[in-house]
Amino acid sequence: MSKVYFTEDHEWIRVDGNEAVIGITDHAQEQLGDLVFVELPEVGRKVSKGEAAIVVESVKAASDVYAPVDGEISAINDALEGEPGLVNSSAQKDGWLVKMRLVDASQLDGLMDEAAYLAQVG
Amino acid sequence: MEKQLPLKPLHVSAGARFGPFAGYDMPISYPLGVMQEHLHTRRAAGLFDISHMSHISIEGPGAAALVARACPYAPAEQDIGKGRYTFLLNPAAGMIDDLIVSRLGQQRYVVVANGACADKDFEHLSNLAEGCDASVRQIPRVFLALQGPKAAEQLSRHIPQCASLTFMQVLELPDGTFVSRSGYTGEDGFEIGLAMDRAEEFAMGLLADEAVEWVGLGARDSLRIEAGLPLYGQDMDEHTDPATVGLIWAVPKPLREQGSYVGAPALSDILARGVTHKRVGLKPEGKAPVRAGTLLFDGEDPDANEVGLVTSGGYGPSCGHPVAIGRISKSAAASENRFFADVRGRRLACGLHALPFVPHKYHRGESS
Repeated sequence: MSKVYFTEDHEWIRVDGNEAVIGITDHAQEQLGDLVFVELPEVGRKVSKGEAAIVVESVKAASDVYAPVDGEISAINDALEGEPGLVNSSAQKDGWLVKMRLVDASQLDGLMDEAAYLAQVG
Repeated sequence: MEKQLPLKPLHVSAGARFGPFAGYDMPISYPLGVMQEHLHTRRAAGLFDISHMSHISIEGPGAAALVARACPYAPAEQDIGKGRYTFLLNPAAGMIDDLIVSRLGQQRYVVVANGACADKDFEHLSNLAEGCDASVRQIPRVFLALQGPKAAEQLSRHIPQCASLTFMQVLELPDGTFVSRSGYTGEDGFEIGLAMDRAEEFAMGLLADEAVEWVGLGARDSLRIEAGLPLYGQDMDEHTDPATVGLIWAVPKPLREQGSYVGAPALSDILARGVTHKRVGLKPEGKAPVRAGTLLFDGEDPDANEVGLVTSGGYGPSCGHPVAIGRISKSAAASENRFFADVRGRRLACGLHALPFVPHKYHRGESS
């Protein structure tokens, strides 16, 4: 049974065992506008919580996406290379960014659930 | 605290997303989104609120002499009803701002300048006016731009006289409305200065037709980069002279060697010594945008030489690929046609590309 967490940096993390799928929220994609490029890390890279691991670029600007927890990149969403706009059209499903193997599941404690996140972004 | 546009309530009700620019809280995009706003402008007509730009009137018997002191061109010979792209220079020939100066009468000019430079431009012109028999005044106005292939058809419904204008011609209506056939997108179009009290009704009138959509600053930037047009503060500033940034075309030939405008001796020195850099268009070979401030190298290796920098860059929705404008050393531009942009530690290949990326569609009329 998977559970979805949300961060203050507008990411979502869907956790199933020690595997996590990560993306940006629908609210975040709306703020960024039309994405034209997504720079994803290499599979196998180890990232630490708070590290700028992904870059999403809109027509106007480049923005970092931070690793929400420690882990190792186990997969990236290859579809985004040809179609970065998937993040706009389906931020919380087909527009996922990376999959990670978690190192320390306790880092998820204190993250928000969807209701708390939505309450925060209004 | 940012200043607010007079038409802010209209933008709020249109669902605009705002951001700070030039001291104003400006509409960056609307629900259509930057990509569609950009494409709509190239296909139909985009309406921009550019009231952050400043309008300065220069009037009096000494008006032409004052403009001639401030700007490197011959304003006494300028046709009435014609606008001209020029700039204000400091004594070192650094650019204080770039502007369009339109001549509205024998002794009357209007300067349209960048919003972020409004105060320093006004102060500079006021200082130069001492001893000249001319007044320098800021004119509060709402300033709109209507750009795109349907701009002329749409604006003619409200201001029929505008159809007779050709590129860079201006007219003034009896009520003081100012219309210039110009813009910042590469498309045919107009910039319209309106009295505060009639601007809202005018904008709503334009928007009533489905050919006209609000377009924000985000698309204004991608449109002007595709059109190869420079942005003050990014492609040039007080530390760069017009020759180095590829704008010497705006200075008439005789005034490049000698003139009585501020900065003339410094500019002629720079030209005599030889210009060191060239303004170029760059097309990144990959999909990643290469943005302003990115350094350019002549090779992929860590020991390659730094040969220039990107001064404007982003994604070009009409091109379908990233687009950039840069400044490269003349020697490198002469010997290479491929450069490497340092983006987040990676060297991304960029080819030289002619400017503009998208052909200009200015309405030059039959005579020119």
